Amino acid sequence: MSSLDELEQQALQAVADSADAAALDEVRVRYLGKKGLLTQQLKQLGALPAEERPAAGQEINRIKQQVQAAIESRGETLQKAALDAQLARETIDVTLPGRGQSQGGLHPVTLTLRRIEELFRPLGFSVEEGPEIEDDHHNFGALNIPDHHPARAMHDTFYFDAHTLLRTHTSPVQVRVMEERQPPLRIIAPGRVYRCDSDLTHTPMFHQVEGLLVDEHVSFANLKGLIDEFLRAFFERDDLAVRFRPSYFPFTEPSAEVDIQCVMCSGDGCRVCSQSGWLEVLGCGMVHPKVFEQVGIDNERYTGFAFGMGVERLAMLRYGVNDLRLFFENDLAFLEQFN
Amino acid sequence: MKFSEKWLREWVDPPVSTEELVEQLTMAGLEVDSVEPAAAGLEALLVGEVLSVDKHPDADKLRVCQVSIGDDNPLQIVCGAPNVEAGGKYPLAPVGARLSPDIRIKKSKLRGVESHGMLCSATELGLGDDQSGLMNLPADAPAGQSIQALLGLDDTVIEIDLTPNRGDCLGIEGIAREVGTLLRTPVNAIEINPVGHSVDDILDIDVQAPQACPQYLGRVIRGIDVSAATPLWMQERLRRSGLRSLGIVVDIINYVMLELGQPMHAFDLARLASGIQVRFAREGEQLTLLDEREITLDTETLVIADHEKALAIAGVMGGIDSGIQDDTRDVFLECAFFPPQIIAGRARTYGMHTDSAYRFERGVDPDLQLRAVERATTLLLENAGGQAGPVTAVSHVEHLPQSVPITLRSGRIQKVLGMSPSAEEVTDILTRLGMSLEAQGDDWQVRSPTYRFDIELEADLIEEIGRVYGYNRLPSVILQGALDVQPLVESENSIDVVCNALASRGYQEAVTYSFVDPAQQARINPAMTPVPLANPISSEMAEMRTSLWTGLLNAVQYNLNRQKTRLRFFEHGLRFYSDGGAIRQDTMVAGVVTGTRWPEHWDSKAGPVDFYDLKSDVDALLALTGDAGAFAFVAAGHPALHPGQSARIQRGEDLVGWIGRVHPQLASQLDLSADSFVFELEFAAIQAGRLAAFRSISRFPSIRRDLAVVVDETLGVAELQAGIEAAAGELLQELLIFDVYRGKGIETGRKSIAFGLILQDYSRTLTEKDIEAVVAQVTDQLGEKFGATLRD
Repeated sequence: MSSLDELEQQALQAVADSADAAALDEVRVRYLGKKGLLTQQLKQLGALPAEERPAAGQEINRIKQQVQAAIESRGETLQKAALDAQLARETIDVTLPGRGQSQGGLHPVTLTLRRIEELFRPLGFSVEEGPEIEDDHHNFGALNIPDHHPARAMHDTFYFDAHTLLRTHTSPVQVRVMEERQPPLRIIAPGRVYRCDSDLTHTPMFHQVEGLLVDEHVSFANLKGLIDEFLRAFFERDDLAVRFRPSYFPFTEPSAEVDIQCVMCSGDGCRVCSQSGWLEVLGCGMVHPKVFEQVGIDNERYTGFAFGMGVERLAMLRYGVNDLRLFFENDLAFLEQFN
Repeated sequence: MKFSEKWLREWVDPPVSTEELVEQLTMAGLEVDSVEPAAAGLEALLVGEVLSVDKHPDADKLRVCQVSIGDDNPLQIVCGAPNVEAGGKYPLAPVGARLSPDIRIKKSKLRGVESHGMLCSATELGLGDDQSGLMNLPADAPAGQSIQALLGLDDTVIEIDLTPNRGDCLGIEGIAREVGTLLRTPVNAIEINPVGHSVDDILDIDVQAPQACPQYLGRVIRGIDVSAATPLWMQERLRRSGLRSLGIVVDIINYVMLELGQPMHAFDLARLASGIQVRFAREGEQLTLLDEREITLDTETLVIADHEKALAIAGVMGGIDSGIQDDTRDVFLECAFFPPQIIAGRARTYGMHTDSAYRFERGVDPDLQLRAVERATTLLLENAGGQAGPVTAVSHVEHLPQSVPITLRSGRIQKVLGMSPSAEEVTDILTRLGMSLEAQGDDWQVRSPTYRFDIELEADLIEEIGRVYGYNRLPSVILQGALDVQPLVESENSIDVVCNALASRGYQEAVTYSFVDPAQQARINPAMTPVPLANPISSEMAEMRTSLWTGLLNAVQYNLNRQKTRLRFFEHGLRFYSDGGAIRQDTMVAGVVTGTRWPEHWDSKAGPVDFYDLKSDVDALLALTGDAGAFAFVAAGHPALHPGQSARIQRGEDLVGWIGRVHPQLASQLDLSADSFVFELEFAAIQAGRLAAFRSISRFPSIRRDLAVVVDETLGVAELQAGIEAAAGELLQELLIFDVYRGKGIETGRKSIAFGLILQDYSRTLTEKDIEAVVAQVTDQLGEKFGATLRD
């Protein structure tokens, strides 16, 4: 073996043996640096006879390239190993909990109200508000509920004085809207309402959404159409059975109460629906002529319908809540279930 | 209205099951609340005839009876009831019968004597509340007959929740008419014949308030046996309607009320001083009612009086002094029509609820009085003997409701219902309802019967058509309308946006009652005048909230008591207060935080929340306006807040909210174990936002220069910030505060604030000279205005 071959073997061995980037660089300097062993071989070419020089030169260059390639390849290997080591060092337990502020959430009544609003808004209903401390006129008189009307007794009203009260329903908002604007009207009025009643199934405060639509060609059939569709959309049940029962509200005529097939037992009968298979969820009707008269809307030209629903009731049915009072206890264990 | 199905079926008997009948009523607007068997578990009971009664050899209170059940083998039964008599007939529960799921009759020995069954009281059968002894059965009841057959107990009790407009259905007759209409079945009205008078006695009737009493009928009946037993069938019908048997006269009056819907009253003739007056009560007039309550009448109350004193509240309740008593022989029967508006609210005023007032408030058929008097007289004479006098009637027809024809237009039916029933259908439905029609082209003139006094308008008729036709047969049609684009204001924040912002900052929404405990409210917000409720549901809910803090702090306390220590709640809603007599109602947004700043974490320990945590949440809400700079936090005291950690939130000079740490004293009064921080903002202040408006972005580098200045402790940093902004001018893009230091190297009473100024120009790269000029200007001005020195 010539000394060149030996040198090549040594160099390649040294490259292979270098453990890190620094060692590899030393090898490079030792063989390929300005004073490196292979560089010196080139410099010594002049000492060879002229006819041997080209072959020897070629051979040395070949070895240089060989070593150079080996160094690069080794360098890459070392770099990759170093990166792998770094990545291994930096590995964390991804299953540990993250850091930062906790997530809060909205009250189930708010979630339900928003759902109702989101279903009505695209149909052109605007969301209206009214005062919670109301006057007698807007809460009762303008809704065709005169003094001492038996319907007043059913409302268990909170009073401040003879003519000021906590609204017992969101219906006064429809009166306020009709006093200010002429048809066509499409509104919903969500909000708190109050009745002086407290037991297992009643709280002195709860939420309602009132709806009102007044236009030139609006009939009870349209009321049915809207309520059917709304309830099916609200409960996300295309096949939900809905029925209309005649009822009485002084401010609508004809009036109806609306039942849906019990969403708990699908109509088979259970505790929630008192074995009837039906759940009352909403009251509605065509706006009473006397209500239009009070606010100065032309009874002959316009007809309209109004509807009102209890928000807690809908929330209970939708989320399966079995106790109304939970809504106002503000127990975090309850509220967080809706986040 | 609760009634026996069998009773109803005597009046009208459609060929449908109970279930179907109930369904039809409900779907016609007479909502059936409950359907229950008239009696449960009495199948095995028999009529027992007591043949003999002997003393028990070893017990004073027990008797040994031989009881026949119609065969030759009398049963020996030991009985402790005081009223057991030989020859008496009583309900017998034989061995093996069950009185309730828990009580099964067994052969037993009572003090050594065998007993083969049990004789029962009405209470034990669930048929009444007379516990004084065995239930007496009629003498003609055959021994051994089943009790169920004897009493007609294979019956159902139906309860209807009637709407206030259907006063006409507060009697069997009315419900029968309704069923007849709905199921096309003829109604067998009972025959009521005038009872001729066999005595001539009359009582003078003086109606002084004819508008309030347009019709008053009276009749004297002499020689009544008030001790006569109420027939069993009548007792049972009363019981199934929820009424107790109270003696023959009252029972018959109640029976006629349930049957026809007409409330009546019976006076003891001997206890009336003279003729009857119908008048309004006099100032301060007293009356002791049948329930023995003594009341002072107001002058809006119509009374029935004799010439000396008020005897009864008209249409509501009688007085005790003039009522039927054990020694009553002669009665004066009253049957009147009072308009609803006269009776409405009266019973409530005196804290009463009576069947009579309930009916008059909803309306009674003004044409019913004479029939009712005759019916009651007939029943009285049949069951309690006596001789009737003539009926005295005082009628003021001009004050009676008048039946006015109503025009019904077929076009209007179409417009309201969205469908057109044929003329035949309309005629059929209204005729079935007892209306008379006169066709006029496509329209009709309709007269309603006197008992349908709720029908006044065309709309009432249209409702009836829809109701009887069936709401569920009416079409359901999606409304077609103009495709209007709705307004959408981008520069306004909805409450939803505010709620979302808080929820994403870790707040849980609470909903608390709008009425609060006045004592708590006085501690939390004494400066505002609250609005008290006249009739609160409890003393802890007696005032409208002037601040949302009261409810929120209670929610905190509730959860702290349930081992929840890190709490973040918000609420939105109205607060109420009196502003010089006027009631103000403003929408507020409020929050409370307590516990650690962050949720507990494995990597780092979170300290307790402080003022600045909460402030950043409030800042986030203010930032929704796009004009956070318009708001200022100004140190100020609030009774609910720690005096050194509280601030008014102002927009310009207007107070729009408060923020601070709950005063330690208040926290201990409210039993809050941890420090809590609260804020409250008027929603209106953050509702108005600003539409984003683009500014061009500088393409030149920004440069940061830090500056630490030493100022007096009392100086608010916000003032320094404003000073720097003013001094630095337009080049200042951002101003950071990165350190606040007190202590070594800084004299007592002073503090060092370190600012980072980020400077940038729109047209060129800033030079060192530019920057130094800005810094010099800032330091000069701060020195001049605030005595600020640069920290070495």
